[in-house]
Amino acid sequence: MPPQRKAFDTALSGKTAERPELLVEKNTQGLILRATGAWTMLNGRTLETLVSQIPPSAGRHVIIDLKGITAFDTLGALVVARLRSAVENSGSPVTLPDVTSSQKALLAEVNTKPPEVKTHRHFAATDVAVDVGKGIVAFGRDIIGGVGFLGGLMVALGNVLSHPSRFRWPALIKQIEAFGFRSVPIICLISFLVGGIIAQQSVFQLRTFGTTAFVADLLGVLVLRELGLLLTAIMIAGRSGSAITAEIGSMKMREEIDALRTMGLDPMEVLILPRVLALVICLPILTFLASMSGLLGGGIVAWVYGDVSPDVFLSRLQNSIGLNTFLVGMYKAPVMALVIGIIASIEGMAVKGSAESLGRQTTSSVVKSIFMVIVVDGLFAMFFASINY
Amino acid sequence: MNQNLLSSRSETIIEVRDLAVGFGDRLINDGLSLDVYRGEILGVVGASGTGKSVLMRTIVGLIPKKRGTIKIFGQDTDELNDSELQAIEKRWGILFQQGALFSSLTVKQNIQLAMREYLDLSEAMMDDLAIMKLEMVGLKPDAGEKLPSELSGGMIKRAALARALSLDPEIVFLDEPTSGLDPIGAGEFDELTSTLQKTLGLTVFMVTHDLDSLGTTCDRIVALGEGKVLASGDMDAMRQSTHPWLNAYFNGPRAHRALGSA
Repeated sequence: MPPQRKAFDTALSGKTAERPELLVEKNTQGLILRATGAWTMLNGRTLETLVSQIPPSAGRHVIIDLKGITAFDTLGALVVARLRSAVENSGSPVTLPDVTSSQKALLAEVNTKPPEVKTHRHFAATDVAVDVGKGIVAFGRDIIGGVGFLGGLMVALGNVLSHPSRFRWPALIKQIEAFGFRSVPIICLISFLVGGIIAQQSVFQLRTFGTTAFVADLLGVLVLRELGLLLTAIMIAGRSGSAITAEIGSMKMREEIDALRTMGLDPMEVLILPRVLALVICLPILTFLASMSGLLGGGIVAWVYGDVSPDVFLSRLQNSIGLNTFLVGMYKAPVMALVIGIIASIEGMAVKGSAESLGRQTTSSVVKSIFMVIVVDGLFAMFFASINY
Repeated sequence: MNQNLLSSRSETIIEVRDLAVGFGDRLINDGLSLDVYRGEILGVVGASGTGKSVLMRTIVGLIPKKRGTIKIFGQDTDELNDSELQAIEKRWGILFQQGALFSSLTVKQNIQLAMREYLDLSEAMMDDLAIMKLEMVGLKPDAGEKLPSELSGGMIKRAALARALSLDPEIVFLDEPTSGLDPIGAGEFDELTSTLQKTLGLTVFMVTHDLDSLGTTCDRIVALGEGKVLASGDMDAMRQSTHPWLNAYFNGPRAHRALGSA
């Protein structure tokens, strides 16, 4: 084994590394720079300072003597090459006598003048303006892309309707199980708890007026019109929307989507339509279950905490809630499912090659879906108010 | 190269004895013994599923073994504590089959990751070192600013090799380095391996199917089969083997085409 290797071994295994030195001697011919010790990566900082401290050679001949070096690696070669080019640039001739063959091979690898890699200059103000502009353009593109995607989905749906045998029933059933059936416990639990919390707050406030029985009116309207749906949609956006994005995104990453296309299969029809349809089927059912468990939670709290007996609660509920209140919640559910499904699929298809991009698109899928669910809910509220429904 | 000469002259850098590795009930390697000598380029061949990659992954500690000993730099890996193992890990570099470049980092950041973790170097020095490694593997310095997803297959292999070389390792493990490269690219990669081996004094452990690589680059070939080493030696020894698989592999039409021209 060559001696420099042995020293490097001990150096990297954490034992003593011989301290590198650069001794400067002057004689009649010029300067002699004697390098000793381990010129390796472990001594990177020391070597950099050593080389930066050499005195100006003032045109004299400079000899760089590497005989005393006990360990030498690519970093050592880089430092020696830098030293040589620094001295040469100051106008002095340089010689390296007695370079071993392995040192020579390493030194030959160093390109002393690495080409400048171009970097952009940044200004905070313009960066902000650029970011805002990009954000607005991206938002506009999202809207156009979403509408286009909806169109594509409708075409796929049309194709499937005209050739029903082509529809992938097993895929649909599998997605209904994943998105619907497996979400039931968590969605019911959350709605039950939120219903209870709202009932408790309502009873607490209504007590001042001695009208605790009205908790049923409040709870009924709130849960059936808004909360049941919103809670379900937000949970599904987080739970199933992210799953859709991650699944489609990782298929995109591994070129599986391209493979489907080249086999003449439309990813829209094979992958996206079953998922979106499953959401459209599941979300109303889940919304219904969420509303019922919200009312149950609220009813129990009203009974236990507010002394509103189940009889009173149910009769007040019957008086105050019409079928339309219930239907408002149910009408909105498929639309929310469509919003979540489309956003999740678009984000999945937008995944590029890297793992980081998958993470970014999944995050943005969830954030955008939840935001759009709330925006669309607001639009519905305005719509139903204006038609007095 | 005369094998006896080589083994008597060089120390054994990796020593595998009676190794058994498997998943569930199935043993992939069973009673495998192998030596890797310092400074050689060792080619490991074998039919698919004979445990070439498994052997490599076991040596570097990614797969637990069921039996046997592995000594690296003369140290038994079972008897080492975490920090001693880490010291050994810094002395090898691994080129994975698909490159395994971190996709969220640029090529330069990929190369500098281990330096940043283990060494105390200035930014400028790390940049220069990264550029030097890139040039050593035949990439242009501006490739350093690219993300792995922007590279072609050949560039990914080269960039991954540059990352494997980032700490100036003594052993480099190459898992099918020329797979997925065109013949010219594969030939250039073989040449690169030989050049770097000489420049940096590397020991190379190469898992490969490429008869050209085996013929032109490797000093010694080890053939795996039935969980063991079927044969080891140079190309001529391989071609004289009577084992049916070896005979088919090294004397088949593809072998004649590859080695006849070489």
